[in-house]
Amino acid sequence: MPSSQLLRSRPAVGWALLASELSVLFRRRRTWAMLLALAAVPILIALAVRLSSATPPPGRGPAFLDQITQNGLFVGAVGLIVCVPLFLPLTVGVVAGDTIAGEASAGTLRYLLVAPAGRVRLLLVKFAAAVVFCVAATLAVAVAGAAIGIALFPVGPVTLLSGDTISVGESLLRSLLVAAYISVSLIGLSAIGLFISTLTDVPVGAMASTIVLAVVSQVLDSLPQLDWLHPWLFSHYWLGFGDLLRQPISWDSFGNNAILQAAYVLVFAALAYGRFSSKDILS
Amino acid sequence: MTGDAASGEPAIETHGLTKRFGSYAAVNGIDLTVPRGAVFGFLGPNGSGKTTTIRMLLGLAVPTSGTVRLLGHDMSGDLRDVLPRVGALVEGPGFYPYLSGAANLNRLDTADRYAPSATRRARVDSALERVGLGHAARKKVHAYSLGMKQRLGIANALLTPRELLVLDEPTNGLDPQGTREVRSLVRSLAAEGTTVFVSSHLLAEIEQICTHAAVMSVGNLVAQGTLDELRRVGQPQVRVLTPDPDAAARVFERLGLSPASVDDSDGTAAAATVTAPLNDELTDPDSIVAALVSDGVRVRGFSIERASLEDRFVALTGEGFDIAQ
Ligand SMILES: Nc1ncnc2c1ncn2[C@@H]1O[C@H](COP(=O)(O)OP(=O)(O)OP(=O)(O)O)[C@@H](O)[C@H]1O
Ligand SMILES: [Mg+2]
Repeated sequence: MPSSQLLRSRPAVGWALLASELSVLFRRRRTWAMLLALAAVPILIALAVRLSSATPPPGRGPAFLDQITQNGLFVGAVGLIVCVPLFLPLTVGVVAGDTIAGEASAGTLRYLLVAPAGRVRLLLVKFAAAVVFCVAATLAVAVAGAAIGIALFPVGPVTLLSGDTISVGESLLRSLLVAAYISVSLIGLSAIGLFISTLTDVPVGAMASTIVLAVVSQVLDSLPQLDWLHPWLFSHYWLGFGDLLRQPISWDSFGNNAILQAAYVLVFAALAYGRFSSKDILS
Repeated sequence: MTGDAASGEPAIETHGLTKRFGSYAAVNGIDLTVPRGAVFGFLGPNGSGKTTTIRMLLGLAVPTSGTVRLLGHDMSGDLRDVLPRVGALVEGPGFYPYLSGAANLNRLDTADRYAPSATRRARVDSALERVGLGHAARKKVHAYSLGMKQRLGIANALLTPRELLVLDEPTNGLDPQGTREVRSLVRSLAAEGTTVFVSSHLLAEIEQICTHAAVMSVGNLVAQGTLDELRRVGQPQVRVLTPDPDAAARVFERLGLSPASVDDSDGTAAAATVTAPLNDELTDPDSIVAALVSDGVRVRGFSIERASLEDRFVALTGEGFDIAQ
């Protein structure tokens, strides 16, 4: 058949699959429900602070909570601090745990592979989409926080942890930096979720296990008896973005966090590859 | 058959293909040969290993042992170059329920790096048109009926021109109209030169369109060949309708037609059917009637019948309702 000869002449690089993956992810109502729920967190915090007459006393509740009334720009930071331990890992666990297992349970995995998507290429695309979701999830909190903060509270120059004061413009930039830090923090968890997702055809199981691991890691990180283990836990630097709120910026924790996350990505991507490249697709 | 047949290698060729789940051999050392241009019926009752075989053909499952060659390529290595030329429906359709039919096909088409994006839209539309889903293209798949999903699955196999189509129970869930359409679709694809490998547990559904068939039973390939070859294997039967069954049976014995069996269950006590296998070489059918008449047996009906393919199929796979294990 001449037409199929033509088709076969030159394979495309294959960005179309990534584009399609992202469009499938962001066309799902579930994805938007999660992003909206995340965005609702800073909005609820801001409304609660705004509607209660008493200023929250310093030292109680999440960091920076007491600053919100003086400067709305802190809403985003408070929202992120609240979301990092549970809400963000929850949504990332859902997306990462669904990557392969979700396709398997829908029966689409076999059709993607027969198309053929290529097993390695499919893993890469799935991981890339999960990383994009990490960024989107973090931005949902940061942007909603900034927006509601600006709408409800006075906005002015921000005093950093080091005591220096920066302009509104720069403080928005710093918020983005914090968002970037948290997005990076979640990448290791995404890789773990991707691996777990190759182990099962039941997406809910993969999601739950990923989320449980995120919680376990934080619990272990809080036990002083396990000091030696802490630097190896993927959640160890999750709340370490304070360094980005000083003048001059200290990049140490950003760097350590990035290296740790990269190591987790390497290990779990390799495990996912090892498992998935030889897996029998019987779903 | 078309020019493709000239390229020599069969469309599908397996040697000693085996898949074990634990100690259970779901597919047990089968040697399949599907010639190019054939419409190949892959028959077998539930659980006989058809889908498992198809999964191995397509590289979804790794054989426990044995080899698979598809379109002249070894499937342990060349997946990427072969699969774009193969369209497949495996164990029913699988789609994203929250996407429309067209969006689903679009998505699966992007997975194929050889499928040109410039023509994607047009190809998706024409595939949907071809299976009669043109009007439902923008409807979400969760609102599709079983038969509509099945059609969408077939459309997915037709997104690009294929050299080989592997269809696992394509008529599952289709109405008679849809079943007819699938048959004529397969015929037209075969006429274009596509090799079609179609599995079914219903012989009648594919008997009319196949040129070749193979029969699976409990993981084993028990028959394979052209339809005529398969029909010929069964022994023809002599059948006599007579009011003197015992006398007829004695004549049969004398002529070497044994064992003769008497069936008087058709309700009328006046006549019974005597049946015996016909040994082609020894007996001239015409002499049987003469022998019967000369012995005073009243003959009301006489026929020589070949086993239908259906009888063959049942004989090969067993009649019981229980799934063989
Ligand atoms: N993942 C699995 N684990 C264990 N056994 C399996 C698995 N998949 C299939 N089997 C077994 O392999 C055998 C063949 O199954 P297969 O799905 O290939 O049958 P089939 O011929 O396609 O049947 P059907 O007509 O019902 O579709 C069955 O006995 C089944 O129990
Ligand atoms: Mg089957």
